Amino acid sequence: MKYLKQTGIILLLTLSGEVLHHFIPLPVPAGIYGLVFLFTLLCLKVIKLSDVKETADFLTGIMQIMFIPAAVGLIDSWDIIKPSWFSYIVMIVLVTAIVMGVSGFVTQAVIRKGGKKDE
Amino acid sequence: MNEFFASSVYAGTVLTLLFFYVGMLLKKKFKSAIVNPLLIAVGLTIAFLVSTKTEYSSYYEGARYISWFLTPATICLAVPLYEQMEALKKNAAAILCGILSGVVASLLSVLILSVLFGLSHREYVTFLPKSITTAIGMAVSEEMGGYSPITVAVIIMTGITGNLICVPLLKVLCIKEPVAKGIAIGTASHAIGTAKAMEIGSLTGAMSSLSIVVSGVFTVILAPVFATFY
Repeated sequence: MKYLKQTGIILLLTLSGEVLHHFIPLPVPAGIYGLVFLFTLLCLKVIKLSDVKETADFLTGIMQIMFIPAAVGLIDSWDIIKPSWFSYIVMIVLVTAIVMGVSGFVTQAVIRKGGKKDE
Repeated sequence: MNEFFASSVYAGTVLTLLFFYVGMLLKKKFKSAIVNPLLIAVGLTIAFLVSTKTEYSSYYEGARYISWFLTPATICLAVPLYEQMEALKKNAAAILCGILSGVVASLLSVLILSVLFGLSHREYVTFLPKSITTAIGMAVSEEMGGYSPITVAVIIMTGITGNLICVPLLKVLCIKEPVAKGIAIGTASHAIGTAKAMEIGSLTGAMSSLSIVVSGVFTVILAPVFATFY
């Protein structure tokens, strides 16, 4: 019963996200609406952590698998990428590394600066 | 083989799970961050489809039931985020600065590299939303006149790149705070990176989930401004 209830709640939130996505003309996917919904409802204690916990942990734990079909779909995009694939890959790798470095560095620097002030 | 896959509901799913399992086994055997189960599974599946002349659409007949779980799973990222509420409140300023600087770094580096590589305006705006989650990025790209199928491909490749490089890169750069690691991974490589961040730790995963939402919002606002620069 526990899993049935948890799955039911999560699917209901997914459906609410889809409804908002359908009616609001913004480029926001259903999953993001649902994430904000669930977070808000948890904060307001409308949904208890125990109402979703185990199923949520399972789903987020196996999330990597869910990207495989979309990533395999890259073979269908190959024809349009082919002419300039090399510059695309260089750009993707460079930009990803730069963004990761900058945001990680800035976050850590601000955390450590704040930590010193507390002492 | 193509016909069988096209008519089977389970073949694509089982094949995908099997190849991911092979990836997990290899990771366990070699204990290295470079051995990435996601990349191995994608590589093996592509190799299988090409060598058996199976169409992607036939494979997807079954595999789409795996993708079906993606929206509920994204929603469930709210759970670790809620559990890490204290860390979120305590580091709110650092988190916002980190994500904003990452979004600006993304747009700026795409601009600079587009100029260097001599890309067309259309290619430039196609790349601009590359660091954010697929559905938002695709829409932003379309709105600016980009070519959204390439945006989707680039976003997925960005996610896999982030998933692959995050552990060694953050180590080399001495980024050790779990909050900073999560913000870095989520801002650079959205949900595909976050899936890896969840593996690193609950706090890192929670911060990475938060970055997907916040960096998406910042990019929606800033990308159209950057689109006028080149």
